[in-house]
Amino acid sequence: MSEAEKREAIWIARDYSKCSGCRRCEIACSLFHEKRIWPEASRIRVFMLAPGIEFPHFCAQCEDYPCVEACPTKALSISKETGAVLVDANTCIGCGKCIEACPGNVPHMHPTENRILICDLCGGDPQCVKVCREGLWNALQVVPRRADSYKLYARTPEEIARSLAVKIFGEEGEHLL
Amino acid sequence: MICGYAGKFLEVNLSTMEIKEVRFSDEVLKDYVGGRGLAAKILWDRFGSRWETVDPLGSENLLLLLTGPLTGFFPGGRICVSGKSPQSNGVIGSTVGGEFGVELKCAGYDGIFVSGEAEKPVYLFIKDGDVEVRDASHIWGLDAKQTVAVLTRECRELLKKRFPQKGEWREPAILYIGPAGENKVRTAVVAAKWSHAAGYGGYGAVMGAKKLKAVVVKGTGPLPEVADMEAVKRLIQEVCNNAYESELWRRWGTGSGGYEVGAKSSSEPVRNWQDEWHDEKSFGVDQFENRVWVKQYWGDFGCPTTCLKLAVVRAGRFKGAITDNPDYELQAYVGTNLGIFTPEANVYMASVIDDLGLCGIQTGNVLGFAAELYQRGILTKEDLDGVELKWGDAEAFAVLAKKIAYREGVGDILAEGTYRAALKIGRLKGLDVMPYAVQVKGVGVGAHGIRSEKDYPEIYSYACSVQCGDHTSIACMPLDDSRSEHIRIFDDSGVICFFNTFGLPRALVFDFYKAVTGIELTKEEWVNTKAMKIIQLQRAMLLLGGPDLRWNPEIHDDNPPRFYEPLPSGPFKGKAVERARVDEEKRKYYELVGWDERGIPKSEVLRRLGLDDVDKALEKLR
Ligand code: SF4
Ligand code: SF4
Ligand code: SF4
Repeated sequence: MSEAEKREAIWIARDYSKCSGCRRCEIACSLFHEKRIWPEASRIRVFMLAPGIEFPHFCAQCEDYPCVEACPTKALSISKETGAVLVDANTCIGCGKCIEACPGNVPHMHPTENRILICDLCGGDPQCVKVCREGLWNALQVVPRRADSYKLYARTPEEIARSLAVKIFGEEGEHLL
Repeated sequence: MICGYAGKFLEVNLSTMEIKEVRFSDEVLKDYVGGRGLAAKILWDRFGSRWETVDPLGSENLLLLLTGPLTGFFPGGRICVSGKSPQSNGVIGSTVGGEFGVELKCAGYDGIFVSGEAEKPVYLFIKDGDVEVRDASHIWGLDAKQTVAVLTRECRELLKKRFPQKGEWREPAILYIGPAGENKVRTAVVAAKWSHAAGYGGYGAVMGAKKLKAVVVKGTGPLPEVADMEAVKRLIQEVCNNAYESELWRRWGTGSGGYEVGAKSSSEPVRNWQDEWHDEKSFGVDQFENRVWVKQYWGDFGCPTTCLKLAVVRAGRFKGAITDNPDYELQAYVGTNLGIFTPEANVYMASVIDDLGLCGIQTGNVLGFAAELYQRGILTKEDLDGVELKWGDAEAFAVLAKKIAYREGVGDILAEGTYRAALKIGRLKGLDVMPYAVQVKGVGVGAHGIRSEKDYPEIYSYACSVQCGDHTSIACMPLDDSRSEHIRIFDDSGVICFFNTFGLPRALVFDFYKAVTGIELTKEEWVNTKAMKIIQLQRAMLLLGGPDLRWNPEIHDDNPPRFYEPLPSGPFKGKAVERARVDEEKRKYYELVGWDERGIPKSEVLRRLGLDDVDKALEKLR
């Protein structure tokens, strides 16, 4: 990648504690990709393992992309422009190896088709971020992709919920799960 | 098939364990839409002239959980809960926010009917087309927070085990009852998440009577096809843009009311409505914001307003209490109405109420009633099982709330709700205590008084409403006034959150309906024919009542006696509702809505609306 291309790549910074649980991001994502309001087919999914600690769960574009490595059919690739993981629906056999490889279990199966769903950064213009910022929640924000430890954000819903519960509810938080 | 609907309903009979699908004709759906309207239709078709014999807490009653065609599309997800109400003995459409309605439609159902009564505690688990009645003995008795935690964990594990290839399963949506519902307390709610409750109607008790602890649903499909997706997308954006313009409404929600409704409009219940004015700045929204709100924007599916707030008490006596907001109704009913004027004590009360699965409005109403009887020496410390029920003492009120939820001692009487408790206490004491009961036809009046005439309800609004004391459904003239229940029925039937309609032209809501369903509908047609039909059905069932109570409109289409007493303080000191004016307005309202001078729907009106069987059933009341 040349320097110029690198600067164009983006990342979606996330501040879970600001998430209102409005799920407008799921609506935007599924409308954009599936032309329907379809929460379970959204590439960004809002988890609510306990009420009040809703957060968006989606690909963090890890520095080393373990999912791409793990795919036996080479259905996953990295977009040169955006840094997103791209799924070739025709090659994907729905084996779930990428889910296993992902530290956050982020990829999930399309509800009716035999293919995996991973955030594609909407080709560089993330729809979820638009609605989240339009509503002034600002839980999501586009930033240029740099050499940061994005992989830290690839955590399982349980891990995120546990730490967020402590932040929001205090010492009692974890018991609510 | 009409667009916007999943196309089928689910009926589960818990006595026979029979599970079947129910479908309605396009004509029925066009007329009754969904939610509240359809509930009235379903209940009338099922029980009709037998209405009076149906015990709301018996196995025969139907519990209805209904979406509408707009659910999921119109920003702000809700579901409508209904059945024969154990409070009014009529039909109340009680809606609650959350993702349940969306999950249900994505699972392929527009609604669920539950009939019969299980032998032992159960919960329903629905995953798309798979419906299961599961054992709930391990969660029976659990409070709200425990119930949600256990069911979320258990059902996610179940999904993971059954569909291991899927990846992480998101939690399903849950409607549940707390201990109060299990014990058939008439002020029990059907709850979602925490603090989200379908309160009016007392349907938590109906669920409890059926031994149904919860209904859990995961739908993996898309929302149904719509008639015009481009229009739906455009209208969603318009609704959102409109909401985004009201920043303080978003930021405070109804939580600014706890101070303002008292201080400014003098219409907030204070110490069981002995006053409606206060100027307690300790109860200002800034105090809630600074002291207890840990999340200032909290909302349900698709909502641009996110008017809910998450409140946590971090330190002090009430440390660890968690609730939402509290919203205005709970700031009032488990705050000012009990003489409580600090956010921490209010959050504590709301969290106790939530955990027990009680309705904050109805329970706050009956607690205030009991406290006034204690203040007047009518109920003694002994009558209250040793509780000294002093105004402002949150811990004492919490003890009594627990007694209500478990029907212990005096709690067993108060668990019947204010009206029935007043009858019973009156008999026990040989004294008429109805003057202290601030309710209309079995339903405690919402926290918006009418004496100052500075709030939105009119002086006849509760007296004539088919949902009685329900502040979200009031009688109003002209019938197409945006506050009127004729309009509100559309929101409760399309099943949307009416907070997201504030500031929008009504026509936009009907445009939305058309974009989703393809059906043209004008406000005029809605108000004069469709809403009118639903109103008549609700009125008929309310007046038929039974088996334990029947309302006589000549007596019961009235305000609580308290509203005829002058306000004791504040800028509207001395103002009271004049009975002569109420009578006059009532006469006008009856005329407009097609009821005779005694408040009974007129024969010719019912027949014109095609409700001949309703007319026949009302014959005996004429
Ligand atoms: S749009 Fe933003 S605030 Fe709303 S659920 Fe998604 S991440 Fe949370
Ligand atoms: S978060 Fe998961 S899906 Fe995204 S790049 Fe990392 S491993 Fe792949
Ligand atoms: S960036 Fe696009 S694909 Fe990725 S989660 Fe957001 S809306 Fe979905």
